[in-house]
Amino acid sequence: MTRALGWLTVLGLVAGLVAGFGYAPREAVQGNVQRIMYLHVPAVLTAYLAFGLVLAGSIGYLATRRPGWDRLAGAAGEIGVLFTGLTIVSGSIWGKPTWGTWWTWDARLTSTAVLFCVYVGYLLLRSLIEDPDARARYAAVVGILGAVNIPIVHFSVKWWRALHQPSTILGPERSPIDPAIGLALFVNWVAFTLLFAYFLARRMEIARLEEQT
Amino acid sequence: MSACAKEPGHSAVSSYTKRAWIILWKDLLIERRAKENANALLFFCLLLLFLFQFALGPDRERLAAAVPGLLWLGFILAGLLGLGRSFLGERENDCWEGLRLTPGDKSAIYLGKLAGNCVLMTAVEIILVVLFGVFYSVDLWTPAAPLALVLGLGTIGLAAVGTLFAAMTTQVRARELLFPVLLLPVQVPVLLATVSATQALLLGQPLADVAHWLKLLAGADLVYVTIGLLTFEFVLEG
Repeated sequence: MTRALGWLTVLGLVAGLVAGFGYAPREAVQGNVQRIMYLHVPAVLTAYLAFGLVLAGSIGYLATRRPGWDRLAGAAGEIGVLFTGLTIVSGSIWGKPTWGTWWTWDARLTSTAVLFCVYVGYLLLRSLIEDPDARARYAAVVGILGAVNIPIVHFSVKWWRALHQPSTILGPERSPIDPAIGLALFVNWVAFTLLFAYFLARRMEIARLEEQT
Repeated sequence: MSACAKEPGHSAVSSYTKRAWIILWKDLLIERRAKENANALLFFCLLLLFLFQFALGPDRERLAAAVPGLLWLGFILAGLLGLGRSFLGERENDCWEGLRLTPGDKSAIYLGKLAGNCVLMTAVEIILVVLFGVFYSVDLWTPAAPLALVLGLGTIGLAAVGTLFAAMTTQVRARELLFPVLLLPVQVPVLLATVSATQALLLGQPLADVAHWLKLLAGADLVYVTIGLLTFEFVLEG
């Protein structure tokens, strides 16, 4: 089952590469640099999905006390940090040629960085507690607080600083994106979600085996 | 206790507040007798002021421009030390077990501890503000009332998460390191809101100009305290 998911992910990622580099047209203003978007945007969407699952796993654990929920939260937390890191690094590489700087304290960059720090803290907490029961309970509390804090961080940072283009896909108006670019983005998003599901399944399996020993 | 379990309503509420009050009173009494935290924290604040002065140099304008940020940096650093210790005493003589065996809703303990931490932080903040006014010759007196509102809201936000995380990290090794690492990123909105609002108030802007920050702070406080009340019993178990 997991193996099949793995091969499906490989297929998706290959399709994503073809769609991003072959099918999608060169962007008029930015040129080829814009193709980083096919990594950047799916990565951040996957990260949000992951942190959503951390929240779900945390609440699930505190409500049921089943270790499976904790494994879900822990695995999703690790992969979420990975994909947030990927978002920040790819954004940095994209920012250098287009904005002329690796990093700026813009609202979205800042809130993504804060998100990254919150969940690195979450992983640190997990790594420092040996007792599985205490680890699951404490991590769940931090996981819930971290997720609930996301909108508060978002607004505070937005009012504090507002260079990053506003969200085009999730905005209320019809997206001004070229359909070919939109499709390439969609293919890559599906591929990343598959990759996430594969990582999650593997990581949870490893956690389960670790608990048995 | 069994009496209040039988007749819910008013007596349950008063028993809840009473239990929170007992915790607060106990902590204040310990603090008054042992003076473990307050004295050292006050001295720490004074040292912080010297450090800021040495780091920024004698340029008065530069110092004045940096005051809102420095003020909150001071509160947060003092808070990290003060809040982080708030459950340390409970580890001795099986006090933790005593807290766990307390009948009724465990969130009353959280509320009492939170109130105690707010009292401690408020004391530290008043001293720091006065010291800032004296040493950096900033006029903190004119906007005193609106500033007090910002300070109060910020303190609740800081203490609400701080109390919850302190209870958690007390049981963990590398406690001194883990507590700030967990608390600081979560506190970014509180820091941004309070520093921006303090800056505007010191520039002489009316309270209405910072209303959005106050709303954000109030909302954040509400969320943090609610999460703290709901999850504290899970933290206390360990």
